[in-house]
Amino acid sequence: MDPEGGQVSSNGDQLAPILSARGLVKLFGRVTALNGTDFELYRGEVLGVIGDNGAGKSTLIKCMSGAMTPDEGEMELEGQPVHFKRPNDARAAGIETVYQTLAVAPALDIASNMFLGRERRRPGVLGAWLRMMDKAGMRREARSTIQGLGIGTIQDMTQTVETLSGGQRQAVAVARAAAFGSKVVILDEPTAALGVRESGQVLQLIRDLRDRGLPVILISHNMPHVFDVADRIHIQRLGRRVAVVTPKTHSMADAVAIMTGAVTVDNTA
Amino acid sequence: MEVNSDASEAETASFEQPGGMLAGVQNVLHRYPAISPAVVLLLSGIVFALLGNGRFQRPETLGIILQQTAVLAALAIGQTLIILTAGIDLAVGTAMLLTHLVVAKVAIDQGVPAFFALLAGAVVGVALGAFHGALVTKIGLPPFIVTLGTFYIFNSLGLIYSKAQTISKEELGGENSLLLWTGKQISFGSMRITTGVLLVIFMYMVFAFILANTAWGRHVYATGDDREAARLAGIDVNRVLLSVYMVAGLLYAIGGWVQLGRSLSASSNAASDINLESITAVVIGGTSLFGGRGRLWGTLIGALIVTVFRIGLNLAGVNQYYQNFAIGALILIAVTLDQWIRRVGR
Repeated sequence: MDPEGGQVSSNGDQLAPILSARGLVKLFGRVTALNGTDFELYRGEVLGVIGDNGAGKSTLIKCMSGAMTPDEGEMELEGQPVHFKRPNDARAAGIETVYQTLAVAPALDIASNMFLGRERRRPGVLGAWLRMMDKAGMRREARSTIQGLGIGTIQDMTQTVETLSGGQRQAVAVARAAAFGSKVVILDEPTAALGVRESGQVLQLIRDLRDRGLPVILISHNMPHVFDVADRIHIQRLGRRVAVVTPKTHSMADAVAIMTGAVTVDNTA
Repeated sequence: MEVNSDASEAETASFEQPGGMLAGVQNVLHRYPAISPAVVLLLSGIVFALLGNGRFQRPETLGIILQQTAVLAALAIGQTLIILTAGIDLAVGTAMLLTHLVVAKVAIDQGVPAFFALLAGAVVGVALGAFHGALVTKIGLPPFIVTLGTFYIFNSLGLIYSKAQTISKEELGGENSLLLWTGKQISFGSMRITTGVLLVIFMYMVFAFILANTAWGRHVYATGDDREAARLAGIDVNRVLLSVYMVAGLLYAIGGWVQLGRSLSASSNAASDINLESITAVVIGGTSLFGGRGRLWGTLIGALIVTVFRIGLNLAGVNQYYQNFAIGALILIAVTLDQWIRRVGR
């Protein structure tokens, strides 16, 4: 189990967390969304984040991804303090987020979506003076990223995203995060809108990302999915982290009990 | 069509559209939204050629169509950009008139050289656009309301500023003045167009290139398609919107210059239909009012369709009261088609 202070992960082989937070507080008027949350993500792991509605999962994740700024508390990336004011700050630091709402533009094609906001220009005069995008290059790279992730069913990078199935859209969003996320990938409810088969594919993608060395934060309501892929599980309750468990030591029922307050754990502060 | 591999069955199957040929048409139109207006333009051209007692298909008529479309087409570029961002500009016409009055008055009353008067017009046009953009992005007003308000305001300012007087060709410095350069005639056989027509075609080439090939163009589409997705992808959505309104403002000024050449005068009560007609051109041209989809060339075709209908019905001897009926019906058909096309993949 996770000892005090988070000096050693459950893996035991990595000493310092890649991304951590101490005492995060976020208030919305009179509502306390985060009430001093701690957080650690270690290299090479999939960290599940679970909690009831209103436990502060989304707020916590939005602080990590730069979509919100915490009122109090510190965050560190690779031991360096970070202060994200907007999503681009987190992205520039190497943290990519796939949002629940997918955040893909339906009428744009796959390659355009993968490079949206980070379009490449053509070399030479065409790029420098005419500001022409390197469309062919971006398409090529989009295809190789998607194939590298084993999503072979998507072939035509000029297909608009709205013509894809839910799982394929999610795969495009994950591929984008994988292509640009150099340090951390955050997935917010990636299987919420998907069927069984497509969920399975996305879970496999998550494992692939981890195996490629990218630590993944997975926020989900779906306990079986979390227990399927997570190495450790951060349980959020009433704006605080109440426990960190692993699928090996705890059952889903245990996790739900902790999450709902039926069982209290005192191993984390 | 058959599914070719078991492993990809679920995914491949999702690409198959039920309905055979109709669905195929739907897919093609989805991909190339300028096709349907092009077909309409072609068909209406053929119909009017058959109905027009041989007058419609004359080269002279083609020249007149192009000249009559130029101002509308210029303003419709800005309208397209704004509608692509899921906005709308109800004030294009009054803004253009105010801008062209500024050019004329600055040149005449202040005696500023024509070039600098045109530059002043461009500055005023961009400022009007920036005002729209600021209200939309900073205060968060809907573009419809913003431009409904400025439609009246610019109209009023134009009347006050010009004292509702028409500024004549002579006052503007005669035919050879740079102010009226866009009215210079160019003949191709018996077809006569103006330099203004060429200028507008050039603007279409420039903006079609920008929309298709630059990151800014792509951000315009993304902003209108799904603003939240664009924002989360790291696009500064407000900056895109502001820039779009400012570019539309520059096009007020260019449209105003073309208007000077077209009417060889400046007046605050010219081109009164153009506010709505620019929207008509965009919608008939296959651009979605919901933003994010459409092609600029479709707008040029849409603008031509508006003129072709007016002139064609006229030459066919149809009572001119039917002109607006036909254009109105065309709008309804275009929007219905757009709804149908958008259903791909749903």
